[in-house]
Amino acid sequence: MKKILAILLAVLMIVPAFAMAETANVVKIGVFEPASGDSGAGGKQEMLGMQYANSICPTVEIGGTTYNVELVYADNGSSADKAPSAAQQLVSEGVSVVLGSYGSGVSIAGSPYFAEAGIPAIGVTCTNPQVTMGNTHYFRICFLDPFQGTVLANYAFKELGATTAYCLAELGNDYDVGLAHYFQEAFQALGGTVISETFPTGNSDFTSYLNTANAAGAQVFFAPCSIAYSTQIINQAAALNVAFPLMGGDTWDSNKVVESAKGTSVKVLVSTFYQEGGNADFDSGIKAWMNENSAALTNNGGNDMVAAVSAMGYDAYFVALEALKAAGTTDSKAVNEALWAVTYDGVSGSIAFSAETGDAIRDTAYIKTANTETGAWDFVTVQSVE
Amino acid sequence: MLSTVLPYLLSGISVGGQYALIAIGYTMVYGILRLINFAHGDVFMVAGILMVYISSSGLPLYVTIPLVLVLTALIGFLIERMAYKPLRTAPRMSIMISAIGVSYTLQNLVLYITGGLNQFYPVIPFISESVTIFGATTRMVTVITPVLTLVLVILLVLLINHTKIGMAMRAVSKDFETSQLMGIKINSVISITFVIGSFLAGVGSILYFSNYTTVIQTSGAMPGLKAFVAAVFGGIGSIPGAVVGAFIIGICENLIKGLDIILLKAGITTQMLGLTTFSDAFTFALLIVILIVKPTGLFGEKTTDKV
Amino acid sequence: MMTKQVNPIQQPQKSVDSGKLWTALIIVLIYAGVFIAEQTIPATSMLFTVLKKGATYALVAVSMNLLNGFTGLFSLGQAGFMLIGAYTYGVLTIPVAQRASVYQYYNGGIVQFAMPIIPALILAGVFAAIFAFLVGLPVLRLKSDYLAIATLGFAEIIRSIFQWDKLGSLTNGSNMLRLFPTFNDFNIKNANGEVTLYLSTLVPFVIAGVCIALIVALIHSSYGRAFMSIRDDETAAEAMGINLARHKQYAFCISSFFAGIGGAMLAMYSNSVQAKSFTSAMTYEILLIVVIGGIGSVTGSCLSSFLFVACSEWWLRFMDQEQYIGTWKMPLLRNGFRLVVFSVIIMIVVLFFRQGIMGKRELPDLFRRKPKAAKGEMK
Repeated sequence: MKKILAILLAVLMIVPAFAMAETANVVKIGVFEPASGDSGAGGKQEMLGMQYANSICPTVEIGGTTYNVELVYADNGSSADKAPSAAQQLVSEGVSVVLGSYGSGVSIAGSPYFAEAGIPAIGVTCTNPQVTMGNTHYFRICFLDPFQGTVLANYAFKELGATTAYCLAELGNDYDVGLAHYFQEAFQALGGTVISETFPTGNSDFTSYLNTANAAGAQVFFAPCSIAYSTQIINQAAALNVAFPLMGGDTWDSNKVVESAKGTSVKVLVSTFYQEGGNADFDSGIKAWMNENSAALTNNGGNDMVAAVSAMGYDAYFVALEALKAAGTTDSKAVNEALWAVTYDGVSGSIAFSAETGDAIRDTAYIKTANTETGAWDFVTVQSVE
Repeated sequence: MLSTVLPYLLSGISVGGQYALIAIGYTMVYGILRLINFAHGDVFMVAGILMVYISSSGLPLYVTIPLVLVLTALIGFLIERMAYKPLRTAPRMSIMISAIGVSYTLQNLVLYITGGLNQFYPVIPFISESVTIFGATTRMVTVITPVLTLVLVILLVLLINHTKIGMAMRAVSKDFETSQLMGIKINSVISITFVIGSFLAGVGSILYFSNYTTVIQTSGAMPGLKAFVAAVFGGIGSIPGAVVGAFIIGICENLIKGLDIILLKAGITTQMLGLTTFSDAFTFALLIVILIVKPTGLFGEKTTDKV
Repeated sequence: MMTKQVNPIQQPQKSVDSGKLWTALIIVLIYAGVFIAEQTIPATSMLFTVLKKGATYALVAVSMNLLNGFTGLFSLGQAGFMLIGAYTYGVLTIPVAQRASVYQYYNGGIVQFAMPIIPALILAGVFAAIFAFLVGLPVLRLKSDYLAIATLGFAEIIRSIFQWDKLGSLTNGSNMLRLFPTFNDFNIKNANGEVTLYLSTLVPFVIAGVCIALIVALIHSSYGRAFMSIRDDETAAEAMGINLARHKQYAFCISSFFAGIGGAMLAMYSNSVQAKSFTSAMTYEILLIVVIGGIGSVTGSCLSSFLFVACSEWWLRFMDQEQYIGTWKMPLLRNGFRLVVFSVIIMIVVLFFRQGIMGKRELPDLFRRKPKAAKGEMK
């Protein structure tokens, strides 16, 4: 028995990953996204956009040859300590360009590995300025947190009439801490007061924080955290019958969030990149694709509501194809050079990279609110900073 | 002042009751096997996942809840049989490592099955409803938890003090070898201990996740550790000790979370100090203090090591 | 080597120990192999990831083994001391020019100098050892499980302190420390920025190798013998005149010193440090490595570190993705399956191969004729 087990174990350990048959004319695009962990649900929706784009446009013409596009996935597990090995996995697979990630911390953690290998990365919805700052290989197609934080602070102060805001961020999550920081800066500049607290990773008891906000007389509760936590916050806020509205950043724009607000008395407001209905062709196309594909529907959270991050993932895929075409080769260093000049009219707006940081120049954010009766997002306004 | 403190006290009492139900499993197992069952927190989490999957199959609530509890007890039984029983004669460290291995396995299995995504706990009518006590709004489960916990503990104490199996348990925890020589079926006593512990963890998980509505593979780790601390704090091996310890830890932890605003309102401090960062650490600080001042815990008996 | 102290029956010492010769040869070959591989195989290969992380984990596992395996102190505070080492290294070595960008919310932080790598590595160990000394004062009086849970608690407390916003100008709060020198900075580059000599894998091997050699030397000194006698029987050790409290404190501080260096190496491997990744799960992982290798075997800890890292990062990775053999889709394979298989392997080792890979043997023992008594003990 013991010997058989020993042999079995040895066999299991020795059998390496099988060498995959290398077919000619394939260009690999790395998908560096969380498929598990706190941001897993969002990462999956972002991947859906890329997969849908890939299903529409599975080939690309590079330097006169037609290449098949292969998406190579690596799950960064929503955590900065799992991101390095996921990044290295993509590097060792020899991808030409990387898309992702959802979440800023994992992008920052993975960045040095792409830099070392000379592979460019296109940030899809990582909004922290640190992602692209001080490097030449990380690009980004979405707006940044200083912008988003200011938009939200303006909205809270001017439209909601709040003078005291409560800010809650997850400890050590770059996205949360960054957005909360910029919100606080902007809100205080407008003359409001901010009470700021943090919660540890894996926390599930938010009643204490909601009570603190209540006791401190907050008129708005701003918690730019992962979907996993936002649903719990809404749930517990509903049980406590809080009077203040809950505000979130782009991560809150998820059908899970709107579902948990359905049937409650909580007011939920979010800022986001794309409003369903912004591009009718894209919306109907991806809906039809998801409804045909049960796995995609599950990954989208069970219904065919179009997430903003899916639209962003879709645009990111085409930006990558544009860069490959412009480079005329699959060599990652050439793609990196070509990316600076790429422009693309995407479903979420037109994209062009700033020559300084590699960030797309974006100046609008959509504000949406959860309709607690229908369980859908209602459009509120388009905000830009003057 | 009271209106500021009350909401924290309420959630503290509620979470304390839930920790208590987990802590009993730790303390009973430790009392008999001298084993820190690191996997116990994960059994608690698995109970939550079972509820998610079983209730999504559409069975009515009066079937799902008993089914979840029975399955959880069964899992506890199987873990003991498969991972701890073969190591009964091995050094204590081996069993503890096996417990860590089981914890790792359960977490990874759940990661695989759920795809590593948060699962939404089903809404159980009545206990999920809102209720207002002395002006503080909370969930029904907050009120039910301490009551249910006390009822279960009293039943358990009666079982241990007044039945034959209870007597056997007490005998085994006093002296493992001798009770074996006296003809007590040690394996069945141990199995029953695990079944009871897991059953209570299952009850705890229903209450806990009704309040904090998502389950993920790591959900059991922190509550498990804290419940264990509660068991040590109250004096490991003592059931009333575990319950008292759990309530103290639950309440302290929540008061720490509110300490900033309480101090601010009382005029002691003028700004927020970010003390919520220490809500978990405080539990462990409390543990270390008690271990140093009174190593046997609040209600623990003095034992002497035999050479 | 180890078995000599453990087994009363041993072979008479020959004038030239063939086991030692073979061991030295193997170690030289390993280092040469790493150096050659690095110059010939593309740097993007997963092999180097595994080697770098494996070397780091080997050091941490050996340091834990020193405490749990050789001194018999069941401590679960490893992650906490690694955290201190990683932060010390990070805080001290970030180039001054980069500090404003790293400490973006704290105006560049209060530390405004950068140290060279090696002194920072040593300081990482020193700080971890100082903390260990302070932690050890109260907790080392506790016995087995209580010690385990108290050290686990301390690791959690340390983690919270490092995340505290008010210390942000030193620790950067809960945010990442990054942009400090990493293993890749050891590669020698020419004027065009092209690498002419790859050293990024050899360097962690050298650092870990030196540290492990020091630990082995310690184990064979009179201190090491005192540690082992404490493990085997505390009462007897005390009766022999060994000061229990002091020797436990020594073992605890020394182990933490090397755990601190290991933490700093982990920081260099992963390019960034964040307090929230140093959880108790990390300690459990290292403990499992020690157990798989064999509690009380330095060789075993090293071997199992590389195996553990290779399995989790490389060899079993294919299980996380759908695979086809021809047109046949392999069942069960999807995200997370790798970890399930991995935990099953660990459970099998824990339950059926309790001695781990090496038991208490060391590399030189493999080349010696086994004494009969030792063979019986392996069962």
